[in-house]
Amino acid sequence: MSGEDTEALLDALDRIDARLHDEQAYLTDLDSRVGDADHGNNLARGISAVTEKRDDLAEMELDEAVKTVGTTLVSEVGGAAGPLYGGSIMSASQTLDGGLDAESALAFAEAYREKLTERGGARPGDKTMVDAVTPAVHTFQRAIEEDDLPPIDALAKAVDAARRGVAYTVPLRASKGRASYLGLRAVGHRDPGATSTLFILEELLATATDRAGEASVTDAYADDAVARDGASETPADANADGAEDA
Amino acid sequence: MVGLLVVSHSAKAASGIVEIAAEMASDVPLVAAGGDPDGGIGTDADAIAAGLDGADDGEGVVVLVDLGSATMNAELAIELSDADAVLADAPVLEGTVNAAVHAAGSKATLDSTLAAAEEARGMSKL
Repeated sequence: MSGEDTEALLDALDRIDARLHDEQAYLTDLDSRVGDADHGNNLARGISAVTEKRDDLAEMELDEAVKTVGTTLVSEVGGAAGPLYGGSIMSASQTLDGGLDAESALAFAEAYREKLTERGGARPGDKTMVDAVTPAVHTFQRAIEEDDLPPIDALAKAVDAARRGVAYTVPLRASKGRASYLGLRAVGHRDPGATSTLFILEELLATATDRAGEASVTDAYADDAVARDGASETPADANADGAEDA
Repeated sequence: MVGLLVVSHSAKAASGIVEIAAEMASDVPLVAAGGDPDGGIGTDADAIAAGLDGADDGEGVVVLVDLGSATMNAELAIELSDADAVLADAPVLEGTVNAAVHAAGSKATLDSTLAAAEEARGMSKL
């Protein structure tokens, strides 16, 4: 089971690696308008360092692998994104010690949000990554706990919520981070950290969707009951690993 | 003796501040941790954690920081390190000098050195 969870994590990291490199110039450009013009470059350097450890990560249990992703990001990313992304992932990785399911995915997402807001001291509306993370995590939680949705559908709703959160940062003045020095000059630009958070969530959802698709192909040869089990199991796995960056 | 760690986005700024403070408190363990992992402008949690170990001779370390991510990386490094370290809410240069002068005194403790650093918030220049 842990092998499959870690495999889902590696799939997600490969996708995130490709996406962050594709968006490197865009994120850095966004950051040049509101900050110190390093966000895209810092994240690209960080995720490259993570995927260089692919072979080591493949040997680890999920929680240890996720923790290693966090410590690598702390060491390599620098800036505010290093401690925010890396430190929050490190701290939340403990929630995955029993592997990946809807419950641990949600616990991870909440632990990540808590550590992120504690570390940065930002609240929703401060024009930071919190503006993407908070609605995403709350939506994920409601979808799982109240609406009883399958984790992959819950993640899709969370991604939509993060997307709205990013749009919400555009008209705001920043009160945290380097952008807060710019006052009104930051108004009219989306926040780079909220935007990179959305990109990562989108790749987690794509990973979950891909893996669910593969599972249903495999399960087409099994009987109905087994196929249903398989279809509900795999999205949950891919999903929780998604939530690790939520 | 209580140690001081200066964290800045610039390696030059961090070592320059240490240089200024050392002139007035040469016995105090003063360590600079500036710049990002590639030597550019930024802060580096690993370098800060190593700086904490370097500044700690058993009586703790007061950490002074400059902008934004310096605070976050310093907090993270303090969590990762075994040193007894506290973050000062103080202007980085004035706080370091005030704390260094205080730490050189024989009765200085971690708490009183932190207070000395934070006193610099109210210093007037004119």
